[in-house]
Formats: sequence, C-alpha cells, structure tokens
Amino acid sequence: MNFMHRIVAKTQLSPNVTRLDVEAPRIAEIRQAGQFVIVRRGEGAERIPLTIADGDPATGTITLVIQAVGKSTRELVALEPEEAIMDIAGPLGHPTMLIDAGRALCIGGGVGTAVVHPIAQALHRRGVSVLSIIGGRSREWVIFEEELRRLGEVTVCTDDGSYGRHGFVTDAAKDALAASKIDVVYAVGPVPMMRAVVNLTRPLSVRTIVSLNPVMVDGTGMCGGCRVAVGGETKFACVDGPEFDGHLVDFDLLMDRLTTYREFEQQALAACEEAECRVGLGPTPAGAHPGSAPRVTIASLQ
Amino acid sequence: MTTKLTTKQRLQINRQKMSEQAPLIRNANFEEVNLGLPEKVALLEAERCLQCKDPKCVSGCPVMVNIPRFIEFLSQGQLSDAARSLLNDNALPSITGRVCPQETQCEVECIRGHKGLPVAIGYLERFVGDWARGHSAAQALQVAPPSGKKVAIVGSGPGGLTAAGELAKFGHDVTIYEALHKPGGVLVYGIPEFRLPKKIVQAEVARLEQVGVKIVCNTVIGRTYTLQELREQFDAVFIANGAGLPQFMNVPGENLKGVYSANEYLTRVNLMSAYQFPRADTPVLKGKRIATVGGGNVAMDSARTAKRMGAETSMIVYRRTHKELPARAEEVHHAEEEGIQFEFLVAPVAVVGNEKKWVTGLKCVRMQLGEPDASGRARPIPIPGSEFVIPCDIVVVAIGTRANPLLTSTCPDLKLNKWGNIIVDDKGQTSLTGVFAGGDIVRGAATVILAMGDGKSAAKAMDEFLRGGARRP
Repeated sequence: MNFMHRIVAKTQLSPNVTRLDVEAPRIAEIRQAGQFVIVRRGEGAERIPLTIADGDPATGTITLVIQAVGKSTRELVALEPEEAIMDIAGPLGHPTMLIDAGRALCIGGGVGTAVVHPIAQALHRRGVSVLSIIGGRSREWVIFEEELRRLGEVTVCTDDGSYGRHGFVTDAAKDALAASKIDVVYAVGPVPMMRAVVNLTRPLSVRTIVSLNPVMVDGTGMCGGCRVAVGGETKFACVDGPEFDGHLVDFDLLMDRLTTYREFEQQALAACEEAECRVGLGPTPAGAHPGSAPRVTIASLQ
Repeated sequence: MTTKLTTKQRLQINRQKMSEQAPLIRNANFEEVNLGLPEKVALLEAERCLQCKDPKCVSGCPVMVNIPRFIEFLSQGQLSDAARSLLNDNALPSITGRVCPQETQCEVECIRGHKGLPVAIGYLERFVGDWARGHSAAQALQVAPPSGKKVAIVGSGPGGLTAAGELAKFGHDVTIYEALHKPGGVLVYGIPEFRLPKKIVQAEVARLEQVGVKIVCNTVIGRTYTLQELREQFDAVFIANGAGLPQFMNVPGENLKGVYSANEYLTRVNLMSAYQFPRADTPVLKGKRIATVGGGNVAMDSARTAKRMGAETSMIVYRRTHKELPARAEEVHHAEEEGIQFEFLVAPVAVVGNEKKWVTGLKCVRMQLGEPDASGRARPIPIPGSEFVIPCDIVVVAIGTRANPLLTSTCPDLKLNKWGNIIVDDKGQTSLTGVFAGGDIVRGAATVILAMGDGKSAAKAMDEFLRGGARRP
C-alpha cells in the first residue's frame, strides 16, 4: 500500500531547473528546513535525494526543485501535473541548525538556491535578519529571487553580468562579510562554490554551514554510500547531515566521490536521449555531472 | 495413503539430494541455485524421519516447529495437513527452508545424524512451504474475530512479517511501517535472488495483506512519525527495524571509489536491480577483481553476486580459517563450487588506490590463530612484517552492522545497551510499556530465523498484553 504523490503544479524556473509541487501531506506537515526526501519516480527508477524547498501543510504539498541533468532527473521533470510520483520517503536528515537572533548570510549557487530558501524562511520566522546572495550563469539561471526577497535583502550575481552584480557569489559574499557583522553563513551550491565560501569565512572565523548531496541509495543510514569526511571522521550525510560545519568538510573527497558513476550516468543519458525522453529541456550545461547529484552540479562556478 | 514403514526400512533410505543449477552456469545468472525436491523425492525423504518420541530437532528450532508432525503428514502424502501444521508454527517456511542454518539448528540435533546424515529438514520445509504457496486458497491464515486492538509494527523484515502474521491471527488490527519502497527488509534488499527469489517474499506479504495486515511503505519511524506518535495511535508497538548501519573497517583508503558496504552493494543489485542496468536506472560498479571482506552469509552473498556481475575473480578475505567461517555451510559450499576464491588468515590494513582515487588493491596482513576469544573462536593475531597487497578494483566490506540510531535517538526513554541495541525483558517488552522489540535491533546482527523467533514470541506477549485490558500508554 503505497501512497501515490500527485503533482499539483509544475513551473520551469530556469533552462534546466523545474519546480514540482507534489502531494505529500505528512511531510508537508512536519518537514523542517534542511531536510530532504528520497524520491523514486516509478518502477525501475533510482532513489534520488532532493531537498524540500518549501511546503504547505494546508494544501498538503511539498516543493521539489530539480535540476535535470541525468536520466532520472530528466524523467522526473518530464512528469506533468496530475501525474504522480510513486515513492517519496521523508522528511530525512537533521533539520538545519538555526540561530535565534542576529544576522545570517544565505548563499545559494544555481539550484542550491532552492535549498537555501527554506533555511532563510526558518531564520526569518525566528526574527533573524537574513541577507541572501544568489547566483547563476546568467539572468535566466537565477531562481527563487522573489521568494528570498520576501525574507530580506537579496544580492543577485551572474557570471556574465547579464543581471545583478557581475561575478561570482563569493565576491559578493566577501563584501557582505566586510560590510557588516555576520553571525552565521549558510552556503549551498556546487562543491567548488561551497569550498570557496568556506575558504572565505575560515580566516574570519564565521561559522559556515554547508549542505552536502553525495550519492545516496536508501537515505536512512543503511548503505553508507553517502559517506563524507568531516573533521577527519567518516559521516553518513543521510543520517548525520546533510548539513555540516563547512570548515571541517573534506570537499575534495566529496567532489571525487560524486564522479563514481559518471560513466554509467553518461550511458544512461545516451540511452535516454536515443529514446527521446528529453522533454522540454534546454541543453545540459557543459561540465555538469549528469545524474546522481542534481543539487551540487550546476555549472555556474565550475 | 502409504503404509507405515518400520524403523529398519526407514534407516535404509539414503538422504535425498536437491538438484541445483550447475555451478559454472549459475554463477553467470541470478536464477535460484537450488531447484527444490520433486514431490516423490520429498515424500521419500520424509520417510527417513524416525518420528522420535522426544524429538531433539524441535528444540533446535528457534520457532519450535513441530518438525516430526509436518514430516509425518508429508510422508503420508497428506500435503494439505503438512502445510497447515507447518504454517501454524512458522509463518514463512518457504523462506526459512531456504535461508536457515539448518546444520547448526534442527538438523544438527537429528538423531539420524549420529550415524550418517540427518533428515533434510530444510529441504522438506521448503517443499511444504512452496506447496502451500501454490495452494494458497486452502492455506489462508485463520484469524480470530477482531479484538478491537490496533498494533503498529516498525519494519517489514522477517521479524516484522512474522509478528504481523501472528498478531493478525489473534484478531488484532496490524499496520506495518516500512522505510523502503518495498516490503521485506533484508529479505529483499540483502538476500540475493539466487538464494531467495523475491516472488516468494511477495507471496508471503500478499498472504498477510489478505488477512487485513496493512503495509505502509516509504515511512521512516523516527522521521516520518515518532515512536511516541505510534504509541498514541496504537495499543501496542513492535519494533523490528533491523541493524541497519554498516560497519566499515576504519582503515586508510576506505572512502576511495570502489569501496562498498555489503549493504550498499547488495541493495543496489537486489532491491534496485542494478544487474539489469541500464534497463533499471540504478548502477553498480563492475570490477574484474573483487575482494569481499568477511566470512558470514552476507559476505558469501556479496562475493557470489560479484561473480554474477561478471567479475573474473571474486574472493573472500577472512581473518580466520575455513573452519571458523560463520556462514551457512551450504553457502560456503556453493561459493566454492562457483569459483569464489578464499583468502584465509588475512586481515585488511588499508585500501590502496591510484591517483584518480579508484581502488587498485587491498593491503592485508597475514594472521595466525591464537587462544579462543570472548566469542569462543580462536583469536586471529597479525604476523609482523607479513603485509602484502591483493590487487583488486572493488572492495566490499561485509563485517557486520550496528544498530541504526534513526528511531532510537528520537526516543530518549527507550533503554539501550552500550552498542545502541534496544534492551528487552524476557517477554520482548522494552522499557516502554506496550512497546516490544525483536530481531537485529535487539540482538545485533543475527539471522532471519532468530528475528522470526522474536517476532513470534513478542506477538504472543503482545497478545497477552492487549488482552490484559491494558490501557493505551
């Protein structure tokens, strides 16, 4: 007896990022910032972890923001309203460690911005002053700007200068850290972006939380595939995280382990493209890893 | 109906063999290895049972199956009676007939084993279980009138399924919560198809659903619902969520690409059907040389799976000797037949990799056996200076699991031992009234049948608790 998860709305946020609002009443009721779900589209599909970008207990829906880079994510965003996702399990992982007062800097790179959103939301609800810095390759790749503006000041950065500030989010972050006292930084985006942010805040001793998205299977601690090194210790991102103290994370290991299935992902994608399953999508950004790590592989900073 | 044989006649019958797929054919497919007994052969094997007045085999069985009774029905050709008798004692005979370590439980106690070979109890159990599945209409669970009590079960592995069957039989309204997308727990994610076909697990689950057991998948107790919420909504709870957290070796190089926990390796292949990639979406790395660390059933399953995934060399790396292998004898035998290599008296000290961070070998040290340790087995002692590297491209770590804290950490009132396992009393009840627990979350990593035994005895204790008119906690 599995509850089917009806898609109630679908919105294209950027050339390859899609927002799905999906029925999952229990998760909508209890999810907290920083938590994720494991999604399996249908029979034979992969189990993929996706952060819960938003949720509404009144309508019983949660918001999933998916970057379509591999076969699994492409097939997921090919679903239309009134169609259903077979399996959604969660909410999983520890909620974000939130501060109670002060000023927080929330940095989102590419689709990572969708992960930063619930964190900013929760901070705002607590009365914390939220400053967001979000980035994309160009204007059309910037997501969740409007939602974040409701929660505080937002600086948008684009790599090509087509919108907002010209440059990387780290440049804007550097200025923000110099301009005012920041109590905590939350950074979610491609691994190189998170690493750059952490390198920026380390000498300033500003606490920095990052959200990691390694390859997962079950999401409940059973497989150990999502192991990451934090402070020299092996942790399972699914049950010990997914958020960790960025100053302690071994980003090289994370980056490397994310490439484990690249060959398989390319094979699956090729087969998928042959079968013309690429519904309504722009081109895959150059250098993005298709497949297993939809959240951390936007091309904006690679 | 056949006439009864004399003891002398029974003693003259040799133990029957079960036919198997040929080793070098089966090690390239995922079809079941053992092919089962034809009815005629099963009936003949059943005649070997001496119908002891004081049957020792029964006391060797963790769920106390009345073995001589179902075998006697079988020997008389009364299959329906045999099935009813067996199912009354053991809800999952098709499963235990395949995965129980009979050689250390029922069959080791068989009087015929003292001089020659014991009755093939496991084969007969499997035969009757399979017959019952094929004749399910006649074998529907008989359930008592509704008791009006609601029970929640956490986990749909062998412990949870057994408890569900028993509790349903007692007339209680049972809901099982399963974290994964498919019911069965270790029976579907862990034990490979070639040893336990998934359709058998599905059939057992369907049998429970027929009598009203509800199975809710994708529900992680400790996350989706807390234990406290279950206690508020149900009259009793049985926790059988397994020992889900894989142990690693804590040696350098363990996070290189190509190192898997057995849980992950088997889950990818079994639950997620990675052997059908790209027809199924989940991949698994394929290697030419695969080293599996460990000597239990899970290690055998991994090594044999690796062979079937196309490994030229699949080896078991174990720090003791053949004699101490904790795996079921048949699994070791099958592994050997299938060409699995065994490296005994070696222990890994590091995983070695190349500049691209892919595994290239397993650095080991040779061991010698010393005095028995706390487990009663000879303690392996490293031989200084004996380090060497086993070249391989995949390492599967199958050295056991720990208690998964996902549920227990969200319930501070639940008393745990120092390993994080739930403490229960002799009735299987935890420190919380009305909350029972069993299987690996209580025992640490054990076996399917012990989990089933816990499920069965806890169900009985829960029934007494529920009938005792206990109020909701």
